[in-house]
Amino acid sequence: MFKSVYNWIDERLDITPLWRDVADHEVPEHVNPAHHFSAFVYCFGGLTFFITVIQILSGMFLTMYYVPDIINAYASVDYLQHKVAFGQIVRGMHHFGASLVIVMMFLHTLRVFFTGSYKAPREMNWVVGMLIFFIMLGLGFTGYLLPWDNKAYYATKVGVEIAASVPVLGPYIADFLYGGDIVGAQTLTRFFAIHVFFLPGALIAMLAAHFIMIRKQGISGPL
Amino acid sequence: MSNHEHHENAHKPAQRKEMSRRQFLSYTLGGTTAFMMGGAVLPMVRFAVDPLLVKKGEGTYVKVVEESKITNEPQEFKFTVHQIDGWYVSDPELSAWISKDENNTIFALSPVCKHLGCTIGWNVKGKNEFDCPCHDARYTKDGKNLAVAPNPLDEYEVKLEDGFVYLGPIKPNTRV
Ligand code: HEM
Ligand code: FES
Repeated sequence: MFKSVYNWIDERLDITPLWRDVADHEVPEHVNPAHHFSAFVYCFGGLTFFITVIQILSGMFLTMYYVPDIINAYASVDYLQHKVAFGQIVRGMHHFGASLVIVMMFLHTLRVFFTGSYKAPREMNWVVGMLIFFIMLGLGFTGYLLPWDNKAYYATKVGVEIAASVPVLGPYIADFLYGGDIVGAQTLTRFFAIHVFFLPGALIAMLAAHFIMIRKQGISGPL
Repeated sequence: MSNHEHHENAHKPAQRKEMSRRQFLSYTLGGTTAFMMGGAVLPMVRFAVDPLLVKKGEGTYVKVVEESKITNEPQEFKFTVHQIDGWYVSDPELSAWISKDENNTIFALSPVCKHLGCTIGWNVKGKNEFDCPCHDARYTKDGKNLAVAPNPLDEYEVKLEDGFVYLGPIKPNTRV
C-alpha cells in the first residue's frame, strides 16, 4: 500500500534522489556508539534538535489557548493547564523542555569543543552554533514572561535592568524591551511576538544553515 | 496447501521466512521513531481537540420580564446570561422578541437572522413582519421565514413562574 503510493509519486516526480541525498550517508565508526560506547556524546546534537522540535510543536499547541494580554494571560495559562485535557502535559513539555534544550545544547557544545570539531574547515558552523545558543537564551527569556505570574514579572524586570546596565545603549535597549517605562501590557505583547514569531524564525534559519554545513562538510574525524 | 504448491517447493531450496537484517532495523527504528513522535504529539492533539469533547453546559433559565408586560405585538426585552467562555467569565446581554399568540401563549424569538446571522427587528418597514437590515430577510410574527432566509427564527425555551417570564436555551422554531 505505502509502497505503491510511494512508487506512483516517484514515477512522476523522481523523489528518491531528494531524500537519499539527505538521509543516505554512512555513520563513521568513531561516531557509532555500537562500536565505541563513548561515541554517545555524538548524540547530543540530535537530542538538542529533538527537543527543539518538541518545543516548537508544544509551543504551537499552547498558543491555541494562550492570550498575550495582562488581564487574561495568567487566567488562560491556569485554564489550559488545569481545565484542558493533557494541558498539564503539554505545558509541562514546553516548560521542562526549555531547560532541557539548554542542557543538551551545552553537552553538544562540550562535545564539539573537546573533539576539536570547531577547527577549520568548520569554524562557520561554530559561529552559527553560537548564534543558535543566543537565540535559545532569547527564547527562554521572552517565554518566561508569558505566564504573567510574579516570577515572570520579576524575572523580566531583573533581566531588562541587567540589559539597561549596558554602557550608552542600555536605556534604549530597556525601552525597546519594555515597550514603554514599565513591565506591562506592551512588554507582554512584544515578548510574545518575539517568542513565537521572530526568534523561532531566526532559529529555523540558523538550524538550516547548521545542518546544510554539516551535510556539506561531513562529521569531523576521530581524535 | 494444494498438491501443486507442495510439489514445487520440494524442488526449491528451503525458503526461510525470516526478515532481513535491513528490514529488522528499519522496523525497530521506524517503530521507535513512531513511538517517540506519537508520545509527544498525541497529548498535544488531545489538548487541541478538547473543546470538541467537553460536555455542553446545561442551559439555565433567566428571569426576563413580568408576564403582564407581554402584548400581542412583539417587544424586545434584554437580559443577561452568565457565560463561562474558557478563562473568560462574563455576563453578556442577550435579547429576545417576546409576544403572545391568539391563545395567549407566550413565546420568545431569537433576534438572530437565520440567513447569515445579522440582528432582526420588528416592524421596521411597517409591514408587521420581522425585517433583517442585511439582505432583506423577512419573517412573520411566529418567525416563519418569508424571504431570503432558509429557516424560521429560533425560539427560546419559555418558563412562566410567579408572574415572570423566564427564558432558557435556544431551540429550533416549534411554531411554524
Ligand atoms: C538548537 C541548537 C543546536 C542543534 C539542534 C544542533 C544540532 C547539531 C547536530 C544534529 C549536529 C550533528 C552532529 C552531532 O549530532 O553531534 C551538529 C553539529 C555541530 N554543531 Fe550543533 N546544534 C545546536 C547548537 C550548537 C551550538 C551551540 C554549537 C557551538 C557553539 C554548535 C556547533 C556545532 C558544530 C561546530 C557542529 C559540527 C560538528 C561536527 O561535524 O562534528 N551547535 N549540531
Ligand atoms: S443576515 Fe439577515 S438577511 Fe442576510
